[in-house]
Amino acid sequence: MELKIPDLCLVVLVGASGSGKSTFARKHFLPTQVLSSDYFRGLVADDENDQSASGAAFDVLHYVAGKRLHAGRTTVVDATNVQRADRAHLVGLARAHNVLPVAIVLDAPEEVCLARNASRPDRDFGPHVVRRHRAALRKSLKFLAKEGFKRVHVLRTQSEVDDAVIVPERLLNDLRHESGPFDVIGDVHGCRAELEELLVALGYDLVRDDEGRAVDAVPPVGRRAAFVGDLVDRGPDTPGVLRLVMGMVENGHAFAVCGNHEQKLVRALRGRGVQVKHGLAESLAQLAAEPEEFRARAERFCDGLVAHYVLDGGALVLAHAGLPERFHGRASARVRSFALYGDTTGETDEYGLPVRYPWANEYRGKATVLYGHTPIPDVEWVNNTMCLDTGVVFGGKLTALRYPEREVVSVAAHEIWYEPVRPLVEATPEREPDVLALSDVTGRRVIDTAHRGRIAVRPEQAASALEVMSRFAIDPHALLYLPPTMAPTATSQRPDVLEHPEDAFAEYRDAGVREVICEEKHMGSRAVVLVREDSGAVHTRTGRPFFDGALADEFLARVRASVTDAGLWDRFDTDWLLLDAELLPWNAKAAGLIKDQYAPVGAAAVGALTAASDVLARTRDRGVDVADLLARTTSRLSNATGYRDAYQKYCRPTDGLTGVRLAPFQLLAARGRTFHDRDHLWHLDVLSTLRGEVFTRTRHLVVDTTDEVRVAEGVRWWEELTGAGGEGMVVKPLANLTRGRRGLVQPGIKVRGREYLRIVYGPDYTEPENLVRLRRRALGAKRSLALREYALGLEALERAARDEPLWRVHECVFAVLALESEPVDPRL
Amino acid sequence: MLLTLTTTHRPATDLGHLLHKHPERAQSFSTSSGTAHVFYPRADEEECTVALLLEVDPVALVRGPGSTLTQYVNDRPYVANSLLTVALGSVFRTAMNGRSESREELAGTPIPLAVRIPVLPHRLVERLFTPLGWTADITPIALDEHGDSRYADVTLTGTLTLSDALKHLYVLLPVLDGSKHYYVAEDEVDKLLRAGEGWLGGHPDCELITTRYLMRRRPLVQSALSRLADVDEVEPEELDNALAEPRVSLAVQRREVVVAQLKEAGARRVLDLGCGGGALLRALLAEPGFTEIHGVDVSAQALHVAARKLGVDRMGDRQRARLTLRQSSLTYADPELAGYDAAVLMEVVEHLDPVRLPALEHSVFVVARPRTVLVTTPNVEYNELFETLPAGQFRHSDHRFEWTRAEFRTWADGVAQRRGYAVRHLPVGPADADRGAPTQLAVFTLGDDD
Repeated sequence: MELKIPDLCLVVLVGASGSGKSTFARKHFLPTQVLSSDYFRGLVADDENDQSASGAAFDVLHYVAGKRLHAGRTTVVDATNVQRADRAHLVGLARAHNVLPVAIVLDAPEEVCLARNASRPDRDFGPHVVRRHRAALRKSLKFLAKEGFKRVHVLRTQSEVDDAVIVPERLLNDLRHESGPFDVIGDVHGCRAELEELLVALGYDLVRDDEGRAVDAVPPVGRRAAFVGDLVDRGPDTPGVLRLVMGMVENGHAFAVCGNHEQKLVRALRGRGVQVKHGLAESLAQLAAEPEEFRARAERFCDGLVAHYVLDGGALVLAHAGLPERFHGRASARVRSFALYGDTTGETDEYGLPVRYPWANEYRGKATVLYGHTPIPDVEWVNNTMCLDTGVVFGGKLTALRYPEREVVSVAAHEIWYEPVRPLVEATPEREPDVLALSDVTGRRVIDTAHRGRIAVRPEQAASALEVMSRFAIDPHALLYLPPTMAPTATSQRPDVLEHPEDAFAEYRDAGVREVICEEKHMGSRAVVLVREDSGAVHTRTGRPFFDGALADEFLARVRASVTDAGLWDRFDTDWLLLDAELLPWNAKAAGLIKDQYAPVGAAAVGALTAASDVLARTRDRGVDVADLLARTTSRLSNATGYRDAYQKYCRPTDGLTGVRLAPFQLLAARGRTFHDRDHLWHLDVLSTLRGEVFTRTRHLVVDTTDEVRVAEGVRWWEELTGAGGEGMVVKPLANLTRGRRGLVQPGIKVRGREYLRIVYGPDYTEPENLVRLRRRALGAKRSLALREYALGLEALERAARDEPLWRVHECVFAVLALESEPVDPRL
Repeated sequence: MLLTLTTTHRPATDLGHLLHKHPERAQSFSTSSGTAHVFYPRADEEECTVALLLEVDPVALVRGPGSTLTQYVNDRPYVANSLLTVALGSVFRTAMNGRSESREELAGTPIPLAVRIPVLPHRLVERLFTPLGWTADITPIALDEHGDSRYADVTLTGTLTLSDALKHLYVLLPVLDGSKHYYVAEDEVDKLLRAGEGWLGGHPDCELITTRYLMRRRPLVQSALSRLADVDEVEPEELDNALAEPRVSLAVQRREVVVAQLKEAGARRVLDLGCGGGALLRALLAEPGFTEIHGVDVSAQALHVAARKLGVDRMGDRQRARLTLRQSSLTYADPELAGYDAAVLMEVVEHLDPVRLPALEHSVFVVARPRTVLVTTPNVEYNELFETLPAGQFRHSDHRFEWTRAEFRTWADGVAQRRGYAVRHLPVGPADADRGAPTQLAVFTLGDDD
C-alpha cells in the first residue's frame, strides 16, 4: 500500500500505546526525522514513562519540530496523538511554518496493543489506558481531514502496516527540475493583441484556429513562456488571452501562476458573491459571449492555477505579487494569500488603494523573484527581484524578461484600455532608496568570498564598525569598496634598520613569485575614487569623505573630465569607474593629526633635549663626569631633529584643491568587470592616460626576484627613494592577484624607509637597544588580516561590478571595516 | 624631561645640603618612572643650580596592543608631567618634607629660587603659581609653521622655602599637564593633601587644582575637598560651588518638554533613538505611565555607560522589564523599532551628515513609524547669545550642521508631507524675541486616516 506524502511535510503518527508507531517510524524514516515523545520525556526527566514530565517534554518536542520545519525538513512526530487538542497543536505548528500536515493512523486491534505493552517491562500501566486511547482515536478518525491534515492514511491491520510504502510527492509549486530558459511575461489583463505582438517579438510562432484566433504559441527551441498572473480583466479581450495561454500551458509551451484576478474570476463564474469591480465586469461580459464549453474550460484552468512556482533548482521563483524567501516552496493559506495579494499594511493611499508593504526592499534571498501585481512605469531590479507589471492595460507596456539572460523585451500598449485609478507615472516619482537593514551587518556574519572562502566577522567587530559606518562614512550607495590593510615586510636582521627590501623580495621568491613590481609610496593618504557620469565620491580607507560638499564636487569634476578626455568610458563600456589611489599631500587629510600629534611631539622633544644637552655640557665643563649621559642626550636630540624633518617632508601648503594631487595606481572596477587579473604595468599604463594638473605619477620598477643583479637594483632604488626623504615602497606581484602553494599571496608588502619609521616607532627607535626590542614585532595577525580584507574587498568589487543588490556589496565593505577593529599593532 | 632649580642664597652651595645631593658629583637613581639623573651645571658661592633629568624608556612606556599610534609616538618623554614629579618626589623626598640634618634652620627659611622647566604646558602657569608667590617668565615654543604649541619654556622665580617650592611643583606640574601616567586611586587624595598642606586650602583655584590633580574623578574630588575644608575650617559648600547643581540647564528643560509632550500624546511605549548616556531614559523611567522604554544608540560604549548610570544590574524586575537597551543605527532599517507609540530623537539629527538624513527619515518614519515622533535640534540663530561660543562655531564639535528655524521647518515639513504626518513646532528654553529659543522641537503626528 502506497502512502503518498508531500516531500516536505509534518507527519503526525496517531495510534494507541502499543500500536507500533515507533517501529513504523523507524522502518520508514531517518532516526533524526522522528521526534518521539518518549525520548523527550527522557531528556527532561530521565524517565521515558514519567507522565508528569509530558508538558515539558512536548514543549521541547514542539520547539525542535519548529526548528526542523523552519529549515524545511520533513519531521515525524511519534506520540499517541489521539487527543484532538494535541493534534491541533501540531497542525498549528505546521501552518506556522507553512508546511503541510499529514496524519498516519495506526489503528491496531486492542489485543495487539496490549500484547505489545505486556512484552515491555517499562510499560506497566493497565489495559484501561489502551482502551481509552482507542476510544479517543475512533472518535477522531472521521474528523482528521477537517482538522487540517492534508492527507490522512489509516492502517487498520498488521498486513497493511507491513505492506505500507511511503511515497514522497513533489509539491504542486515545485518545478525545480525545470531549468528554462524562460520568457517571463508580466500582467496581461486581457490585452491579447499586445500579447501576440510580444510573443512574436520573443520569437514564438503563433498557432491560429480556423477562425484565425491564436490558440497556442510555439517557443523557440528549448525555451518556455511563464506568466506571472492577472491574465484577465480590464482589457479588451480576456477570452482571447485565455484561449492563447490555455493552449500554451496545455501544450507544455508555458507555465502560469495564479493572479488575484483569476482567483476572483473563478468565484464570479461559480456564482459566488463577489463585488464586480476592478474590470471584472468586462471579463464577465466578454465571457458571456463565449460558448458554455469555453467558460467551463476557462474556469477549470483558472481554478487549477498554482499560486507560485519554484523553478531552475530553486534559483527562480514566480509569484503574482512576489514572495519572501521564507515562503518559497512552502504551502499554506498564508503563502497563497501573499503570492496572490502581497502584504498590505492596512493603510490606504490617497487614491484609496491599499498600501503594499515593500517586501522587495527587505528581500535578501538567493532566488530571483519575478512578479507583477503593482503597475510601475519601468522595470528595475530591487534586491534580485523584478516586478514585470508595466501597466499595458493602463496604456503602459507589456514586458517580458528573458531568464537567465536578464534581457528585458517590451511592447507598447495600443491604447489606454482602462483608466487607472492611480496615475501609472506618479507626478513625483519617488522610490525608496535601496534600504539597508540592520540585520545586513550586525551580529556574527560569515561572508562567502570567491577568493578566500568563508570569512567570519564577530559580533563585537560588527558593533564597533556599525558606529563608525553610521557616524562617519559616506552614503553606502557610493561606498563600493574599502582597501585592505597592508602588511610590512618581514623584519630585517640588519643592525641598523627594521625594514629592508631584500626581505620582501625573498618572501615573494620563496612563494614562487618571480616578477614583482616596486611602487613608490607617496606618503599621502589612501583614497578610493568613484567616478560616475553625474556623481561620485572620494573617500578614505575607512569610508570617510575627503572633502566637504563643494570641494568634493570640484575634485570629482576634474577627475571626471580627465576620464572623459582619456576615453575611458568607451574603452571599458561603462558609466562608472573605481580608482585606487593616494591623495597628496599628507596634510591635506591629516592636518589635524599633524598639528595635534606629530608637530607637538617634535617641538617638545627638540625643546627638552636642547635644554638638557645645554645643562649637561655646562656640567661637563665644570669637570663633572656626565660624558655618557651627554652622548646619549645628544644622540636623542639628533633623533628628534630627524623625526621633525621626517614628518615635515610630507607636508605642503594647500588651499582648497590647489596643491592637492591624486596618484592613482590601480583601476579597481567598472560596470560589469574587475581588473585584478591585469598586471600592474597595465594598470599604471591605463591610469597614465589620465592627464591634468590634479594627477601625479607613481614611480615604479620591475624586479626579477630570482636575479641577484635585479634584486640589488631594487634595493638601490629603495635606498635612493628613502634617502631622498621618501616614505618607502610597496612590493607587489607583478601579475596582480596571485595564488601560491598556500593560497593567496599577499597582494602587496610595504617596505618603509628608515627615517620615515621615526614617526611611527618614535624618534629614538634607531637606538640599538630599542631596535633589538622592536625587532621582536609579530606580523602574523597583520598578514592574516591583510589577506582576509583583500578577499573581502575583491568580493565587494565583483559584486558591485555585477550590479548586485546594494546590501550584497555593503556586507563586504562593512566586513572590511569590522575586521579593522581587530587589535593589531598599529605601527605595522 | 628636565627641571633645574637655582638659588642665589649665600652660600649657594648649601643647596647641595638641602637636597642631600653632592654638587661635585653626577648621581643616577632608578625610579618607577625611569632613570633620574641629578647633577649641577653650576655650583659656587654666588649661584648654585641643580638639574633633575629624567630618562624615560620610550619603548617600554607602552605595552600591550594599543588602538592608535598616539600611544606610541607622543610627548610623554619630553614634557614635564607626572613622570617627572614621581621622580622628583622620590629623589628629593627629604627636602620636600622640609627636613635637613646639616642645615635644619635653612630648610625652614625662604630663599631666592628660580625653577626652569624647558617644556611645560603653560596655559594655567600664571594663574596657579602667582598666588603662591612665584613670578613666571614664559617663552612659548613654536610649532613649526603651525603657530605656537601648548608648551613654553617657563622660569619661575620667588623667595620660598625649598620644601614649599618642591611641593608646589609636585602638585602643579601634573595639574598643568592634565593627565597622569598611572591610574588615580584613593591614595592619590592622601598624596595631594600631604603635598598641599599649608597652601592648597587657601589657593583661590583650590578646586580646579584638586579636580585636575585627581583626574576629574568625582568621588575622589569630593572627598579631597571636604577633607581640605575640615583642615581649614571652612564649609565644604564654599569650596564646592562648581559641584553644586547648576540652575535648570537647557538639557533639563529639553527633557521636561519632551516628557510633557510624550504624556500629552498619550504615549506608553516609547523609543529613545540616540539615547547616549541615558539622561532621557532616566526621566522616562521616573514616569510609570511609560510602560515600555526602548533606548537605542549606535555606540556600544554609550550603551554601557547608560546601563551603568541607570543601574540596570540592580534594577527590580518590574522596572527592568520596562527598559530595553540595544545597539542600532538610524541609517539602517531596524524592524525591531516598529510598533511603538512614540519616538524621541533628542539632539540626534545634527550628528548626521545631511546626505544621510533620507536614510534616517526612512528608518524613523517608514520602518519604525510610531504615531508620534519628537525631534529636537539646536536653533543656530540663537548661537550668538551664548557668550562662550565663538562666532560661527557649532555647539558641539561633532555637529555636522545646525539649522535656522526656517531650515528645520523646511526639513520637518518635507518629512511630514512625504510620510503622512502632521507637524507642529515648539520652542524649548528661554526664547529671544529675534532669535527664538535655543532649542527647537518638532512634534510629528501620524495622520488620523492612517
